[in-house]
This record gives sequence, structure tokens and C-alpha cells, in this order.
Amino acid sequence: MTDRTGRYDVAIIGAGVCGANIARKLSQYELKVALLEKEIDVSLGTSKANSGIVHGGFHDNKKYLKARLELKGALMFERLHDELDFPFERCGIVVVALHEDELRTIEQLYLQGVENGVIGIEMCSRERMLELEPKLSSDTVGGLYAPSGGIVEPYRFVFSLVESARKNGVDLVTEFAAALARREGDDWIITALDGREIRAKYVVNSAGLFADTLSKAFGAEDFAIKPRKGEYYLLDKMTKAKPNRVIFPVPTAVSKGMLIIPTVEGTVLIGPTASAVEDKEDFSTTRVELEKILQSARTMIPSISETDVITSFAGLRPVCGEDFIIELSAKAPHLVQVAAIQSPGLTASPAIGEYVKDLLKKDGLRLVEKPDWDPCVEKVRRARDLSPWELDEMVAKDPAYGDIVCRCERVSEAEIVKAIRAGHTTLDGIKYVTRAQMGRCQGGFCTYKIIKILMRETGMGYEEVTKRGGGSYVLRGEL
Amino acid sequence: MKQLKFDAAVIGGGAAGMSAAAELRSRGCSALVIEREEELGGILMQCIHNGFGLIEFNEELSGPEFAQKIEERAVASGIEALCGTTVLEIRQEGGFHVVYGVSSRHGVVRVEAKAVVLAMGCRERNRGNIRIPGSRPSGVYTAGLAQRLVNIDGYIPGKDVVIIGSGDIGLIMARRLSWSGCKIHGVVEILPYPSGLTRNIVQCLEDFGIPLYLSHLTTNIRGKDRVQGVEITPVENGAVRYDKSFEIPCDTVLLSVGLVPENELSRNLGVEINPATNGPWVDSRLMTNIPGVFACGNVLHVHDLVDYVAEEARRAGAFAADWLAGASPQRELRLKTGSNVRYLNPSKVDPDRENKIYLRSMVVKNGAVLEARIDGRVVKSIKKAHVQPSEMLFLTLGPKDLAEPDQRTASQSAQVEIAIV
Ligand SMILES: Cc1cc2nc3c(=O)[nH]c(=O)nc-3n(C[C@H](O)[C@H](O)[C@H](O)COP(=O)(O)OP(=O)(O)OC[C@H]3O[C@@H](n4cnc5c(N)ncnc54)[C@H](O)[C@@H]3O)c2cc1C
Ligand SMILES: Cc1cc2nc3c(=O)[nH]c(=O)nc-3n(C[C@H](O)[C@H](O)[C@H](O)COP(=O)(O)OP(=O)(O)OC[C@H]3O[C@@H](n4cnc5c(N)ncnc54)[C@H](O)[C@@H]3O)c2cc1C
Repeated sequence: MTDRTGRYDVAIIGAGVCGANIARKLSQYELKVALLEKEIDVSLGTSKANSGIVHGGFHDNKKYLKARLELKGALMFERLHDELDFPFERCGIVVVALHEDELRTIEQLYLQGVENGVIGIEMCSRERMLELEPKLSSDTVGGLYAPSGGIVEPYRFVFSLVESARKNGVDLVTEFAAALARREGDDWIITALDGREIRAKYVVNSAGLFADTLSKAFGAEDFAIKPRKGEYYLLDKMTKAKPNRVIFPVPTAVSKGMLIIPTVEGTVLIGPTASAVEDKEDFSTTRVELEKILQSARTMIPSISETDVITSFAGLRPVCGEDFIIELSAKAPHLVQVAAIQSPGLTASPAIGEYVKDLLKKDGLRLVEKPDWDPCVEKVRRARDLSPWELDEMVAKDPAYGDIVCRCERVSEAEIVKAIRAGHTTLDGIKYVTRAQMGRCQGGFCTYKIIKILMRETGMGYEEVTKRGGGSYVLRGEL
Repeated sequence: MKQLKFDAAVIGGGAAGMSAAAELRSRGCSALVIEREEELGGILMQCIHNGFGLIEFNEELSGPEFAQKIEERAVASGIEALCGTTVLEIRQEGGFHVVYGVSSRHGVVRVEAKAVVLAMGCRERNRGNIRIPGSRPSGVYTAGLAQRLVNIDGYIPGKDVVIIGSGDIGLIMARRLSWSGCKIHGVVEILPYPSGLTRNIVQCLEDFGIPLYLSHLTTNIRGKDRVQGVEITPVENGAVRYDKSFEIPCDTVLLSVGLVPENELSRNLGVEINPATNGPWVDSRLMTNIPGVFACGNVLHVHDLVDYVAEEARRAGAFAADWLAGASPQRELRLKTGSNVRYLNPSKVDPDRENKIYLRSMVVKNGAVLEARIDGRVVKSIKKAHVQPSEMLFLTLGPKDLAEPDQRTASQSAQVEIAIV
């Protein structure tokens, strides 16, 4: 690696939403930047499995760094959305009180929101709540409404950020599991598990759940990240229980509670639970936790039905104390720690990009703006967004738009080919980029078609096709 | 944009769509079948085992053979077909039904039709639908997808297989994969009885010594990259005995846990759906609540035999032709599910002609009687040696059965209750 690409000014370890925002930010400057990711594709960590909410700025006090970055980050989404073409919508958030005594907490949240400068936040009577969200339980006694809250498809956000960063010169190195680091002169040499090496002057540790191990590998701060699992159910688009806005319960001391989220793509997400686990790679769902989700969601919207469930999944929060850890290491030179980024990390991430850039600058990194930096990525036309007339025009230009591969989410072959050519060469990668296999049949009808397209486009043999790299092979033999 | 006009547009070119279209043609109506895949035949094309056609053709055929015979009939009748064309939407525009489809050859096709026959078939229920917790490794497939991979694409998904659900497709895949050198470590069924046909239990499991775990719930799927095992747990007297859970190691899990009619197009058109079947509510003519829109085959309700699909679709084609000719029933009586009956299809009968009604039992029972009653009066009863939920039943009711004893009291509101006793 080093002999081909030489020395990087900055190596960012971990291509989650934080690493991706940092990489894109740095791509604005005359720098050589490497984004290192241990998995086969980006965004397969915490940034893939979360609630996808652009928070409303009223849950945390401004004394926390996370609250300040949340407020700043939340305001950056419109612009990013225009430039980067990922699904985002400022649909608003409501917090619903089901008992009189919960109204006191609502009031505290309201006051905190006002103090944080949240625009348009209001307290709502029962009548106003039911007018905003007619599907809410008749037990509703009142609530809070923050029109500035929003929803985003988190993995699409990361894909777009990385695409933009790469377009502006950042090198993405996947399947690079950073394991060791040593100083050589003024540089860091980072060695991956498979022996590959990367040389860089500055390093950003944005390795999510593994930021603690990485920190130790650099001889930096000693902290421990504990995973806290959040499980979800995903409901079909056809569900009758879909709200207009994100519905929060009144938070407890430990969590924001289990939510009902209308996703940008029209499905409904319910969850997350919160349970401490040991294994940082344990993304399994559990019977006990899943049962809690339906129960809790139904107290707010009683018409939620288990027959609408199309899948379940889990994400892991990287927990270490109460706040984000974003700072220059006091022990290791030229290392920026971006650790313990739990909620609202997604919301804050664009601001984290800026913040880390400033830290690097403070540490001596010279920033010269590129004159030709291009903030925009190609907007992929998607069959499901097109009217019959528009689709007809697209097929005339590219016949592959006429072959609908995924019937549930209406994804054409053209979109799948584009995703593969952009480097997403696993079934999961294709799924997260295009939504094929993500709808109500969960790939029952289209998986074999995608396998064929993947083999045709990449020249892979059937035994090389995987769900998400590693040992996740899909086919075991030929007849 | 390519524009077409037909008396009837048929959505889906499986056994149902082809049969309905052929019937429409034989009654002088123009009919266009629109099919997403490159060839007609539908799900039959991947069912290379025998067991089709005993009723329809009086001989035992494989799925593709059955499809071919139906297709020959349809082609002989003069139907037209657009293959490789996915229907995106059905709308009502200016008194017509307008069907929008797309293909790589023609771009978007706009078809104006006076009548529409829905024949989109069904999809398989998946892991999420039955909410099996655990990790999300590769190696979990629906049985129909595995059938497709093996029978058409020639790939083996895995070597050590556990099948969840004892539906027919799963049973047939147990045999198919055993023949291909895979080891089937068990079939797990939550109910106390198998949900597939008895002949399949014998021919696909017993003949291969494959264990069938009845009254067992699948409680976990384990494995980080690829499946490593499933945890199953006995259900005793309705209680899930987690203390007795055990694991079966495997690299592949196939799910055969039922089918769901594919009615998203119908729903978006405003068709009302019967929650008991997940298919449209239809009247005595198999017409939905939207005038001129008919439904048949697996999109109406899940059938176990394709022979019944073809029969039902022929009727739908005939009813659509009658409707196009302006005929409609004088009156209809509502059908009502009585004891032990899960659903009835259609949900109304025309007392002035013969009506065929398909129904499913909620119980397993020997020596059962199918009974039709009007105001508590039994108008027809049929003895059945054995009924079970997985085997569809039918009965016919004609003018004789449905005549009011006293013509003067004949009313629209009369209901026919059908029960299994
Ligand atoms: C259940 C849940 C719900 C949430 N809901 C929200 C929400 O609604 N709104 C919100 O704002 N935030 C939310 N969050 C928080 C948000 O998801 C996270 O803060 C954010 O995704 C963290 O991003 P990251 O880039 O720090 O970590 P990650 O996404 O985990 O990225 C770290 C990356 O580093 C890689 N990596 C690890 N070790 C190595 C190594 N040795 N070498 C190379 N690469 C390595 C990993 O593979 C991974 O891709 C939620 C979190 C959870 C778990
Ligand atoms: C896996 C499996 C195994 C079976 N095994 C047996 C057996 O052993 N014996 C037996 O008698 N019966 C068996 N059956 C039952 C029988 O084969 C089916 O009930 C019958 O073939 C269904 O016919 P259909 O036309 O209703 O549906 P399908 O055959 O599913 O046809 C529906 C067609 O509609 C098309 N379509 C759907 N949506 C669109 C759209 N938007 N645009 C264009 N086209 C669309 C689909 O591509 C498909 O070709 C089996 C069924 C299945 C699913």
C-alpha cells in the first residue's frame, strides 16, 4: 500500500457516518486522505442500524458537547441533501404524554428546547396532539411538537458522503482492519490484520465500537466502550398504523425510549430497545426484547399489528460515559479521538466533520482549499420515483430501467448495475444502496436475479457471492 | 409511450392469468396477458416435480408440463401476451381501467381495458413475517427461492439444511435437496399436525428418514457470517417450553411458512381485501368492489392445487366476458362463515345459477359434514371422510339449494351460512 500511494496526510479509521463526514470535509482541502474500513463495504457498523432521526435539539442540555454538535449538525442537512441526493425529510417530531405526570417532563423538554434555540417547538394539548397525529392512542393527554426534527436513511447518507469524498480524491480502503500502529519518524504506520500497511501523518480514530481497542493500539487513552443493543421491528409500507411524524414517548433517565418512526422510504420502524451486551459483534435480536417493542409501540399507536412486521434487526450503541469523546489525544501525537459517538451521533455527524477538521488544524495540519472541489454527486434516477412518462424516457436512454428486478421496492436493473459499478459487490451492499431485497418479500423473488447480475457485472464465480463479505457465502455448490 | 386497447387486461401470466385470458378469448373478447417474467407459466416453471394436472388433464404432469398445456390452450384461443413486462400501476382514467407496465423492450406500455383480471399469484412468507429472533447470517432462504436456485439456476444453497414449516414447498425441497446430496436435519412445525399434503409427508420425509418435529417453535437462528444452527423449542399444551430448547447445527435454513397473495397493485387501485385470505373480497362473479375488476388464482386466495386455480380462473374469465356483455346477476345472497370454517370464496352466491365455493377448514377432523344453511335450515350437506386446514374444500350450490321455500319472503338480506360439523 505505502509504495503505491506513499504517505497520507490523514488516515481516518472507520467508515461509519463520522469517518465519512470527516473524510468528505477533508476532501475540500489539498490533502491526501485515506479512509480505512475493516468491512467489505462502508456503513456496516452502528451507522447502518439506528433510528435514522435528525433529532429535534430538545433532549440534551447544551452543556454537553453532543448537544451542541447535534444542534449544529441538524441545521446542515438541507444543504447536504441537495448536494448528496440521500433520502431526508424534515417531517417533525412529537413526544406524547400518556399520563398527567408525564406532562411535567414534557414541559422540561420544552424549556430545554427553547433554551437550545430550537425553532418552532411547542407544547400541545390532547386535542392538538390528536389533530397532528390522529392514530395516537385516546389515552394521550398532551405532548410536545418539534417541527424541525427529521428523518434520514442513514446508510444512504454514508454512501453518498463516501462517494463525494472519493470523487474529490479520498482513497477508500476496505477490508483493512487496522490492528497495530507504530511511529516512524514523524509518521504513523498503521498495520492491518492481513499485514498491509498505511503511512500517515495524522490519524483519526473513528472506529465506533472498537475505538477503545484502536486507542490502545496507538498507545493513547485508555477507555472502554460498552455496547448497548437496540432492537427494532420494521413494518410494511402498507401498514395502517403509519404516523405523519416521528413519535417519541416521554424519555426516562436512561434512554429516549422506544419510538415509532415513519421512514423516508415509507416503511415504519418501531424500537429501539436498550440492553447492555458483552459482544461487540452480536447483532442478534432476542425474543424477550422484541416482545417489548410491540407492547410499547401499541401504547402510543394501538393499531400497530404484528402482521405488518417484515423484518427485525439490531444496532449497538458505543457507550462510554455520558458525552461524545472528540479530542486530540493527550498521549499519542497527531491522533484525534472520535469515540463514544452514541445518539445523536448521526444528527451531529456533519458538525463532527467540521469539528475534527478544526482540531486537526489546531494540531498543525495545513488546510488549503481545493479550487475545484465538487460538492455534488450524480443523482441516480430511481424507477420508483418516476412517473410512467419519466420512466418511459429513462428506458429509451437505458433499457435496463425497464427491467424491474425488485418488485416490492420497484428497483430496476439499471440501479443495481450502478450500485455494483460503484463498488457495492455484496448482496447487503446492493440492498442498502438500492433497496432491492428490502421490501416485504425480503429478497424472496429477486435474490437469484441479483446474484446473476452481480456475477455478470463482476465476473465473480457463484462461490464468491456473499451477503456481506467474510464467510457469508450464499451458494454452496453446483448441480 | 406504447398505447394499447383491449377488452380485458390480465395481470400475471401464471396458470390463473392464462386460463382466464383463454376463456375471455373463447367468448369473443380481446385479452392481453401482461407477465413480468420472460416466459409465461408463473410459479409452475420451477416446480419440476410431478403432481399437477390429475383433475384438469387426467394425467400426472410436472409444473412446466402443466404450464405448457395451459399455454397451448391459451395460444390456440388467440390471446396476446406481453412478457418481460412489470405492471406498475392500475388506474381509473376516463371510464377505463388503465394499466401501466414497463419492459426494457417497449419502455412504458399504457393499456386501456374495459375489464381487468388480477392474477398476480402470491409471495412466500419470510423470516420477518414469522418473527424468528437471532442473528442475520447468510443461508436463510424461503423454500421457493431455494427451489428456484436449484431447479432453474442449478445451484445448491447449502449442505446441512433445516426446514422450518411443513408446507408443501418445503417438503418437496427436502426431497429435492436430499437427491442432490444435501443432508436434511429436520423439518420443524409449530402445529401439532403437518401443514403439507399427506402424500408429500410420506414421499418427501418418511421415505428419506427425515425427522419431523411437530409442535416445535423455532426460537433462534445463530451464526455470524453464515448460519451455524437453529434453536427449536417444544410447545406443550400451548406453553413454549424454553427449558427444553435444543439446537440443530446446520448451514442453511429454508422457510416454508406459508404464502401471501400479492395484492399491492390491487390495494393501490382501491380493491378491498379480506383479512382472512389476504385476497380481494369478491362477489358471486369473482368481481372485486371495483366494477370490472376480477380476481382469480393465488392472488385471490392461496390454492394447494393448480388444477383448482385453472378451474377458478376459467370462471373468472367467463364472468368477465359476461360483464363486458352487460350481464349482471338479478340478486345475490351473502355467504357467512359458520363453525370451523376459516373463509369462503367467493363471499356471495347468485341463487339463479350453479355456484362453486372454495373454503378452508380451521380443524383437522375425520367424518366431517359440510353444511349449508339458510335461516338455520340445512339446504345442503356433504360428507367428508377427512378435512384439514391444508386441503382446500369446495361445494356447489345451485338454484335448487338456494330457492326460498316461500317465494314471497325471498329477500336480498338472506344469508347462507356454511359450516363444518
Ligand atoms: C439503536 C441506535 C439508535 C440510534 N438512533 C439514532 C438517531 O435516531 N439519530 C442519531 O442522530 N443517532 C442515532 N444513533 C447514534 C448513531 O447511529 C451513531 O452515533 C453513529 O452511527 C456512530 O457512527 P460512527 O461512525 O461513530 O460509528 P460506526 O458506524 O460504528 O462506524 C465505525 C466504523 O469503524 C469500522 N472499524 C472498526 N474497527 C476498525 C478497525 N480496526 N479498522 C478499520 N475499521 C474499523 C467499523 O467497521 C465501522 O464501519 C443511534 C444508535 C443506535 C445504536
Ligand atoms: C413453490 C410452489 C409449489 C407448488 N407446488 C404445487 C404442486 O406440487 N401441485 C399443485 O397442484 N400445485 C402446486 N402449487 C400451487 C400451484 O402451482 C399454484 O397455486 C398455481 O400455479 C398458481 O397460479 P397463479 O397463476 O395464481 O400464480 P403464479 O403462478 O404465481 O402466477 C402469477 C404471475 O403473475 C406475475 N406477476 C405478478 N405481479 C406482476 C406484475 N406486477 N406485473 C406483471 N406480472 C406480474 C408473476 O410473475 C407470475 O408469473 C405450488 C405453488 C408454489 C408457490
